[in-house]
Parts: sequence; structure tokens; C-alpha cells
Amino acid sequence: MTMEPLILPPVPGLSGIDVYEAHGGYGMLRKAVTMKPEEVTDEVKKSGLRGRGGACFPTGLKWTFMPKQTDKQKYLCVNGDESEPGTFKDRQIFELNPHLLIEGAVIAAYAMGVGTIYLYIRGEYKRWIAMVEKAVDEAYARGYCGENILGSGFSTSFTVHRGAGAYICGEESSLMNSIEGERGYPRVKPPFPAQFGLWGCPTTINNVETIANVPVILRLGWEAYSKIGHPKHPGPILVGVSGHVNSPGVFELPTGVLLTDIIYKLAGGVPGNKKIKAVIPGGSSTMILRGEALEGVTMDAEGLKAAGSSVGTAGLIVMDEDTDLVRVLTRIAGFYHHESCGQCTPCREGTGWMHKILKRFEIGEATRADLDLLLEVANNIEGNTICALGDAAAWPVQSMIKRFPEEFERRVKPGAAPGPPGGGALGATGGGRTAHSALASFPA
Amino acid sequence: MLSEQSLKKIEELKKRYPRPQPVVLAALWMWQEENGWISREGMVEVAGLLGIPEHHVYGVVSFYTMFNSTPVGRHKIEVCTNVSCMLRNSDRIVKHIQESLNVGVGETTPDGRFTLVEAECLGSCGTAPMMQVGDEYYENLDEAKVDAILSRLK
Ligand SMILES: Cc1cc2nc3c(=O)[nH]c(=O)nc-3n(C[C@H](O)[C@H](O)[C@H](O)COP(=O)(O)O)c2cc1C
Ligand code: SF4
Ligand code: FES
Repeated sequence: MTMEPLILPPVPGLSGIDVYEAHGGYGMLRKAVTMKPEEVTDEVKKSGLRGRGGACFPTGLKWTFMPKQTDKQKYLCVNGDESEPGTFKDRQIFELNPHLLIEGAVIAAYAMGVGTIYLYIRGEYKRWIAMVEKAVDEAYARGYCGENILGSGFSTSFTVHRGAGAYICGEESSLMNSIEGERGYPRVKPPFPAQFGLWGCPTTINNVETIANVPVILRLGWEAYSKIGHPKHPGPILVGVSGHVNSPGVFELPTGVLLTDIIYKLAGGVPGNKKIKAVIPGGSSTMILRGEALEGVTMDAEGLKAAGSSVGTAGLIVMDEDTDLVRVLTRIAGFYHHESCGQCTPCREGTGWMHKILKRFEIGEATRADLDLLLEVANNIEGNTICALGDAAAWPVQSMIKRFPEEFERRVKPGAAPGPPGGGALGATGGGRTAHSALASFPA
Repeated sequence: MLSEQSLKKIEELKKRYPRPQPVVLAALWMWQEENGWISREGMVEVAGLLGIPEHHVYGVVSFYTMFNSTPVGRHKIEVCTNVSCMLRNSDRIVKHIQESLNVGVGETTPDGRFTLVEAECLGSCGTAPMMQVGDEYYENLDEAKVDAILSRLK
């Protein structure tokens, strides 16, 4: 079930460059610069690595979207915004193995002919930013970043860019706007970043954990790497377990491990031996699963898709039998309402509606019609917005209503008349990042 | 006015980007670290240093939740109340702080020592409940731990 850790090996002092080098660190960068850039991309492609930032996109394929012949600067943004509720894995890399991340980023830059790397880290992680900056200084001092790296003629800079508190800045186009010093509004796609990214130049965005896998692939070779875990979603994966478990934490596992093994064997089971009512498998935006439906479900893109959810960021949130799921969902809805950037009407208005309706369920003031309204609002957001935050807000609501109808039934006000959907009691939404107009403008 | 050291750092950072505007977040961080919050004066200075319009800087400050555009207490306490923390009783932590400091969420104590707010997920879900005070993370909290932490902060 477990494996020899490759991303977070338990080597004392590994975050320092001397220990990292003593364990073979930067050897794969040395190797990469003797290869052709296309050969490096090819290794990553054949390894089967898929992005660990939430969407599972094949990494090598993404790299091939970058134009080879261009007069423009090319950029790599490493995404360390890590703000999806339930997710706390990239922080482990910053703390325990920052040089693996730096080495991976420079190799990726070499493969794509990128001359500038920005690592975007959420503003709250000040302590971890300092750790990474120290490692970057060390890497520069030994010639692993900067001009003419290891005498290869290849040069790339590495800059840590600190965010300032905004979940939306983890969305790749918003992240680029934030680096440009704009407000973090997502951009309409197409054009895609590989054509028109930072300052209109070709740009690739990859998650921190994705990039940390790159030296591992070169070290093992694509073939051995592709045999770790699930064949369609191979490699080590950092699984964060939180909520009602005895030993929460981040576990490095091969993909494809049973959720029940993760919860009971690694995370120590549920306090008081209570039953599991529900789990959110991959961060707050992934669809909730019933506790009884966990048997046989595995932590990988395919296994979770078959179970009616997704792997997301592999941030597994466990909820015991006594959990008030309406309260959980209300909190999640409040989060998306707060974090909506306000550009698209369905997301801006809809997240406010959902939060407001759920609050009525929470205090037992909701009618049966409110449940239909809630679902309708969620359905109106899904697929109708500029970025995926809208979908991320809709999925938890849709899946909760579908899989836990009894939780809502129980909360309907006794004897309440169904009432017209969107009846006057809702009022204006308020909150969020921008001024929210009155709810009345939303088609009920 | 920003310190000499910050001004120097801003000049160095400008070299990392093809134009000066991307340094706006870093410059605002420096201003906030030196002054506790970002006043109109701070936005004007940052705009001048980077050669960008004042209203742009204002727009940036208002977009990002970590920038304080009004004064806050010497210690800003941010308790995460998102799901993983909620499941591990973050509401008890909030209530305890409210009662022991006699302060509401979103308020500052009359002596200007603490401001209490609720935060979205801070990436410490495995060590919940947790709070951030200033730049520091405090994890695996209970009431006694909170008391010990707050009593150290003057
Ligand atoms: C609202 C929203 C927030 C996101 N936050 C993050 C994040 O914090 N970190 C991250 O790596 N990707 C995040 N993503 C996904 C990125 O847009 C992008 O797909 C990812 O960084 C690509 O990296 P990968 O291919 O290596 O997974 C977010 C997406 C959305 C829609
Ligand atoms: S979907 Fe929401 S967060 Fe994304 S661009 Fe539209 S309003 Fe902004
Ligand atoms: S939910 Fe509180 S730190 Fe993530």
C-alpha cells in the first residue's frame, strides 16, 4: 500500500543544499542539460505524469503546447497558491524538500526553453516563503539557477512571487494577472497561456507537486515511473487527510490506494470508532461521497471518476456520523461566495444565493421549494462562467443534494407552505470581493 | 515613507520583471509590514515608485484580503473556520477568544492590542484547529494553548 517516499523522503536536513546534493540532488538537472530539450519533454510525456493542481491534465502534453520557434520570452509559473479547503500538501514540499521543486522547475524550463520562472506562493505562507527563498539563494550560489547553468549555455531566472490572500489567484489565468500586478481576475480562454500568457508571451502553469515529480521521473526513467500506482494516473501522490480521523496529515502514496486504507490504516481511523457519514475526496470543490459508498474506491483520477467524484488536490476530508452536513455545505458555499471575483453574473449572484438559501436550511427556516431553487441556482452556474470557480461552487451543492437528500428534508421548516421560489425573504447577498447587486436580478 | 532597505529591495525586484508594475504586491507588503496597514499615503508612494496610477494601486489593495486598508490591532488574529477546521471545533476557538478578549469577530480591542477575524482555509487542515496571528501559524489549538499564545503577545 505504501512506498518508499520519492517526493518527501525522510532525510534529516534535506531542505539544505548540502544534504540535498549528498543524496544525489541536482544530478538530474546535470543529466537534463546533456539531453535535447525535446527528449526531456518526451520522458515526462511517456511517464504518464498528470498535473497535481486539480485537473489532472497530462504534464508532458501541456509542455508541448509551448511554441518552439518564437521571438518572445517564455515563462513558467509554478503554482503554489494552495488555497483549496482541505489542501495542505505543497507546503510540505516547501518545508521538507524545496530543492526538489527548484530542480524540477529548472529542468522544466530547460525542456520548454523558458528563461524566467516565477513561483507563486500564497501570501499567508510567509514562513514557507522564507524557506523557499533561502533554498533559491543557495541554488543560485551553486549555479543551478541564473546564467549559463552548469556551463550548458542555458540560462533561467527563478523568482518567488508572494500573493496577498485570494483563492482565485490559484486559477491559472488569475495567477498570471496577479503576477503582472493586476487584480486577480481570471481571463477568458482562448487564447490559452501557451500562446498568450504573461505579458502576452507563451507561458506554462504547473502545480508545485507536479514540478517536484520531474526530477523523480528522470531518475527512475519514464518506464519505471509509469509503473507506480494506477497505470492511467501513475506516480507518487501527496494525500492530505483532515477532519474526523485520529492521525491527520500528508501521506505520500502511490496512486490507486483504497480510500478506506488511507482513512483506517494510515490516518488511524475515526475517533471513537464512529461510522463515516461522508468524505470529500479531493478538496472542497470535489463531489461528496457517502460513507457507505467508499468500499473499493481508490485515490486516483480513474477510481474517483468511477465513484462519481474527482481526485482534485487529493485533500481528503472525513466526516463522522454525527456531522451536520448542511452546516458543512453552508460553510463551503460561504467560501465560494467570498472568493468569487465577481466578473460573471451566474457566479457572482449564484454563489450568494446558494449561501443565503443554505443559511435558511441551517436555521430550519427553509421550505421545500428552497431545495429546488438551490439546485436550480447551482445548475445555472455550472458551465456558464469564465473560470472553473463557478463549477467548483456548484458541484458540492449538486452532489450533496443528490447524495444526501435526507439531510435537507430533515431541515425543512415543519408545516411550511412551499412558497414561491426566490420569495422576498432572501434579500441582497452582500459580501464577496466586489459590490454585489440585488438578488432580484437573478433569473429564478 | 518606506525605509531605505525596502526602497533598495524594490529596485532589485524591478529587475526580475519586464516592467515595474509586478512589484506592486511586494511593495505593498513592505509598506504594510512597516506601518501595520496601508494608508492613502502608502498607496501614493507605491504608485510613484512604480510609475503606475494611484487608482490602480487602490484597486489592488482592495482586491486582496491580506492588505489592511484601515488600521488594525497590533496583532491580527485570524482563526480558520473553513471545513476541516470546523470539523475540529474551530467555533470553540473563536468563542473562547471572543470571551477572553471581550471582542467580537471583525473588531479590535479598545487598547488596540488585538483584532479578531475569521479566515478561509489557511493550508493547515491536518493540524486543525489553527489560527494565524500576524505572520505566525499556531496549529493543533485548544483553549489552554490559545491562552498561552495570547498572553505572550503584548
Ligand atoms: C478557482 C481555482 C483555484 C485553483 N487553485 C489552484 C491552486 O491553488 N494551486 C494549483 O496548483 N492549481 C490551482 N488551480 C488549477 C490551476 O488553474 C491549474 O490548472 C494548475 O495550476 C495547473 O497545474 P497542473 O497541470 O500541474 O495541475 C485552481 C483552479 C481554479 C479554477
Ligand atoms: S467564475 Fe466566478 S471567480 Fe471565475 S471569473 Fe467568473 S465570477 Fe470570477
Ligand atoms: S480548513 Fe482550516 S486550515 Fe484548511
